[in-house]
Amino acid sequence: MSQERVSLSKARQQWVGWQRMLRVQRPGDLFFRGITLLFVLIVLGLVAGTAWILISNSLPTIRRFGFSFLTNKAFDPVHDVYGVLPAIFGTLMTSAFALIFAVPLGLGASIFLVDFCPRPLRLILAFLIDLLAAIPSVIYGLWGFLVLAPWLHNAGEPWLQQHLGFLPLFTGQPEGVGYLGAGIVLTMMILPLIISVSREVMLVTPIAQREALLALGATRWEVIRHAVLPFARVGILGGVILALGRALGETMAVTMIIGNQANEPSLSLFTPGYTLASVIANQFGEATPGLFLSAIIEAGLILFIITLITNILARWLIASLQRQAQGSRGGRP
Amino acid sequence: MTPFTPSTSHRGRPRLRYLGALLLLGLLALLAACGNSNSSSGGTTTGSGSTCPSTKQLTGAGSTFDNPLFSKMFQEYPKVQCGINVNYQAVGSGAGINNLLQHIVDFGATDAPMTNDQLNKSTSGPILHIPVTIGAVAISYNLSGVSQLKLTGPILAAIYEGKITTWDDPQIKAINSGINLPHKNITVVHRSDGSGTTSIFTHYLSAVSSDWQSKVGAGTTVNWPTGVGAKGNSGVAGQVKNTDGGIGYVELSYVLANNIPYALLQNAAGKFVAPSLDSAKADAESFSNIPADLRFYIVNGSGDNAYPITGFSWVVVYQNQSNSDKGQALARLLWWMVHDGQQYAQPLNYVPLPDTIVSKDEAQIKAMRCGSSACYSGS
Repeated sequence: MSQERVSLSKARQQWVGWQRMLRVQRPGDLFFRGITLLFVLIVLGLVAGTAWILISNSLPTIRRFGFSFLTNKAFDPVHDVYGVLPAIFGTLMTSAFALIFAVPLGLGASIFLVDFCPRPLRLILAFLIDLLAAIPSVIYGLWGFLVLAPWLHNAGEPWLQQHLGFLPLFTGQPEGVGYLGAGIVLTMMILPLIISVSREVMLVTPIAQREALLALGATRWEVIRHAVLPFARVGILGGVILALGRALGETMAVTMIIGNQANEPSLSLFTPGYTLASVIANQFGEATPGLFLSAIIEAGLILFIITLITNILARWLIASLQRQAQGSRGGRP
Repeated sequence: MTPFTPSTSHRGRPRLRYLGALLLLGLLALLAACGNSNSSSGGTTTGSGSTCPSTKQLTGAGSTFDNPLFSKMFQEYPKVQCGINVNYQAVGSGAGINNLLQHIVDFGATDAPMTNDQLNKSTSGPILHIPVTIGAVAISYNLSGVSQLKLTGPILAAIYEGKITTWDDPQIKAINSGINLPHKNITVVHRSDGSGTTSIFTHYLSAVSSDWQSKVGAGTTVNWPTGVGAKGNSGVAGQVKNTDGGIGYVELSYVLANNIPYALLQNAAGKFVAPSLDSAKADAESFSNIPADLRFYIVNGSGDNAYPITGFSWVVVYQNQSNSDKGQALARLLWWMVHDGQQYAQPLNYVPLPDTIVSKDEAQIKAMRCGSSACYSGS
């Protein structure tokens, strides 16, 4: 009872405090609030404007092809028939590939950096990883095109085919460029992002929690498993979402190594493919007004929607994780 | 500890103030920048020709293929014609046409003639096509041990359709007697970006293969049946170089400048011809039946020395110039480009226009109207 009363009165105090803050409006505050509100509105306006431009300019193809734009394989300006199924598949495929490899790698690396790495080495490594994140994507693309693709063509893909050829993933003719190359380049590009963000959030795990577990006789792995990861998971997920956003939208590097061929969606990683972003980058220069241009803009719209959906799913995931964490914390005492 | 607490809160405030000041500064800088750009566009800036009374600016946009030649031409032109600066943006042929249709530029440049559809979109009347240079497309390949490959049009079409998939195919063997062709997969490389080079190449394939024409067709971008796409001439050439067994089509000037191996191609007369400036010119000269609007492809010409994958690059302008001053300057520029300007073609590995085309160009330029009179006043 008494505890309840204390918390109630605390809440009331807080409320009164809020009220006072809202009522007493100094001109400076008003001005400042107005300015910040303006900035938020500008951002909102930009998003709304982008959506509006994308939708209004892709109306011709939306009207003409409707849903078949999503399921048609051919992107054919000669016969004015457009579909982006290979590009949608390629976008999702390469991003999924990159996440599957970059998340465990990145988590492992950041755990090492936070828990096992000697301090001076950690500073150097952290610096190098941040440097990796700052390399322009076209450099990754050049590396992919000049180094990775020839190696995959001559050594990597034939080896995979020879030893793991029974998997559908490694069938077909090794071309060097294709989903595999694009996936590897994307993995490399998002890895530093995941490492940086997870390292930062792992570093702020309260020392007390770590020490408590250590005092109970936990191993280092158990400390990480039961103290660090639960504490940091929301932040880590945030980093993964940032990384996914980069992978979905990456244009230059992927265009240089994905092979740019509208093939039937296939599980084979050797297949040259397309992504939505590379369709736009490749075709925009020569697109003529009419259905062709509209098709490219609709590809942009679809990319926008895919990004939107993944972001919403991710927010929802984070929110539910946070609720879970709060629920378990509240239930414990 | 306690004595320090107030000092920390003090430290907080000035930081905020700094932030505010920074924001204000940023806004001021923005305003100043806007003001600046206004004032600078108002004032006249004189170009390189210091003795010229006034400077006119002509803007063009389009073909990336034309860019090295145009850069040289437009660098030289102010030296012969005082007071005219030409600003050319190599944004791609399609974008150049769009810019012309939206009246953003005074002229466009394109490696594929405008379609009827595009011409109908013009809000300022008819558009004239003026060929300014000739491009040829070489077939580059990478096949260890094979130094002089021969190909025919139908075989090339079959390779790009995915019907011929290995280098030791009987059809390729038949025309390459004495060469030991390896049993290796062919990796077909095409352009991933839309391009005039693709347009010329696919028009050639359509001309020599009815199958290609009906299934794939011709254009700056087509729906490729097979292969991998790479961006730009450098992308295709690089991809072919990287891939043993690769074949790709590359702009001739790029091939000549970079010493890339190319295949001999059988022309309409049955001869195997290497791509060169001379053989491309021979192809262009072999056409006598030229349509009046100059929108035509010169692939698969009939001469003995003609290299068959050849095409024009055009400048496109409005026939009725709304601004007489600019129209006259533009007509003079075009006249110079198809006459004296051609001297810069050969050194840069471009094919100079044959006389038959130059005379047609003259007619087109004379047809440009500035108000009630012709834009071009010379002879």
